Amino acid sequence: MIDVIRAGMLTSVQDLGRHGLRHLGICQSGALDTLALNVANRLVGNTVGAAGIEVTIGPTVLRFTRDARIAVTGADFAATLDDTPVNAWWSLPVRAGQVLTLRAPRHGMRAYVAIAGGIDVISLLGSRSTDLQAGFGGLGGRALRDGDRLPVGAAHHGRRLSLGPDSSGFGVKSPALCTFGPMPVAPGASAAGSNDTVIRVMTGPEYAQFSPEAQAALWQSPWRITPNSNRMGYRLAGPLLDRVDTADLLSHGVLPGTIQVPPNGQPIVLMGDAQTAGGYPKIGAVISADLWRLAQARLNATLRFVPVAADDARRALVKIEQYLQQVDLALQMRCERLNAGR
Amino acid sequence: MDAVNTLIKPALVALGDNALVCSFAPPATLATQARVWAVARAARDWPHVVEVVPGMNNLTVVYDPLKADPLALTAQLDAAWDEPPEDQAGGNLIEIPVRYGGADGPDLDEVARFCKLTTAEVIARHTAAEYVVFFLGFQPGFAYLGGLDPALHTPRRAEPRIAVPVGSVAIGGEQTGIYPSESPGGWQLIGRSTSVLFDPSRAQPSLLAPGDRVRFTAAGSRA
Repeated sequence: MIDVIRAGMLTSVQDLGRHGLRHLGICQSGALDTLALNVANRLVGNTVGAAGIEVTIGPTVLRFTRDARIAVTGADFAATLDDTPVNAWWSLPVRAGQVLTLRAPRHGMRAYVAIAGGIDVISLLGSRSTDLQAGFGGLGGRALRDGDRLPVGAAHHGRRLSLGPDSSGFGVKSPALCTFGPMPVAPGASAAGSNDTVIRVMTGPEYAQFSPEAQAALWQSPWRITPNSNRMGYRLAGPLLDRVDTADLLSHGVLPGTIQVPPNGQPIVLMGDAQTAGGYPKIGAVISADLWRLAQARLNATLRFVPVAADDARRALVKIEQYLQQVDLALQMRCERLNAGR
Repeated sequence: MDAVNTLIKPALVALGDNALVCSFAPPATLATQARVWAVARAARDWPHVVEVVPGMNNLTVVYDPLKADPLALTAQLDAAWDEPPEDQAGGNLIEIPVRYGGADGPDLDEVARFCKLTTAEVIARHTAAEYVVFFLGFQPGFAYLGGLDPALHTPRRAEPRIAVPVGSVAIGGEQTGIYPSESPGGWQLIGRSTSVLFDPSRAQPSLLAPGDRVRFTAAGSRA
């Protein structure tokens, strides 16, 4: 069990999401930074699809009721285990009664806590993710509250003693520190080191329906993430994106990453909890490889969109796969080293 | 089946690095929608396809961007529209009992007033039609139904309700539908059903699927 002593602003049970059900109106849910949860599960010896805890902004305090191995990934929340600092992207053993505290993100937005065996809530429609809109999945279909108790599944670390509860802590390099292929320079960004988050985007089905000024503004303007943003979508503020063709669209499928523009001309980037159907024109779509980076962009932060082609999008995804392979290789080498030393 | 419609193929464009969208030009027709369902059924079994989402006279096919070959998938999808759909949509006929009026349908009187009908006539017309599930969206199990009697078309409420009770049967403009779970909503509530439209613990979580046909039956009124 994990005792939720303090839940924090928005903390929920998530895995890699619910898939194949959008035609029934069922959204994806799941970790918004899927890469962070994926690595956290690898760092405790879980299958990558195991459920973990997504912490948004915090502060969140968790107590473990038995010895276990955990990992903390995603944004650096200045975590501590009792009073000992815990690095970000770290795998470590915990003892029964120890308390993990995630204070506030130094950078980024969301942290992930994985535990060997995974959070063992009931799987519904192929996933343990919390669907916060529809109110099912996870723990009671809702965000965690103070006093909740989370069941933990049986760990299978027997084969991998290096990931057992007695093995020491270790970490991996955060993907935020990796360059996944060349990151194009945003046309509008000043050359001097900008703090803006650069997000790679492919033009969407209705891109040509926007005015030349709107098309230019998409790539050249900074886009502020307004506080009226959530797991369904980031509402952005910037210049008005004027659509020349004003015919109403019939309802159509929308996806995480879709950038739609309602009549007010201010774009919305859809996130993991996005509804399955929409009616607004789609000016672009964030490439799959950058969705996790978008998930870590903070409220009031500035986004810069850069146009990329399908080939660039695919290459970026391959780079992420290579990063995951490096993580697995590091885990394997550590295992062999520990076995050799016994 | 409209012979002209079967010859027209949809525009096919990419939505990001993991989806293809097939869109027919308006106006939306049931004949075109039947083709959407047919291609959706076929595409669901293709390798590396992860979602197949019918919209109104359009279809979005989502694929695994690491495993799928987008060019091959585009060609396969394009060719699929050459196949004539079966005459039947292949959907099930589902009866949904409704308690019309009273506390279950607080806007029934308003709909009757707007349509210049008696409440009994509204109920008679609403239960007379056979509706078609064009597609689902908005929330899990929420079906966009075609086939509402034009005499019952009623504008949405000026002020949306903060919480529409689960199972509410409603009219919004030219559409009618059922709220699968409690949610905000601006449609006119004319009744309520005890049918469970969405249950995530069922093997078939949604009572309705694209292509299904629906009939409402009056299950007694509290009016």
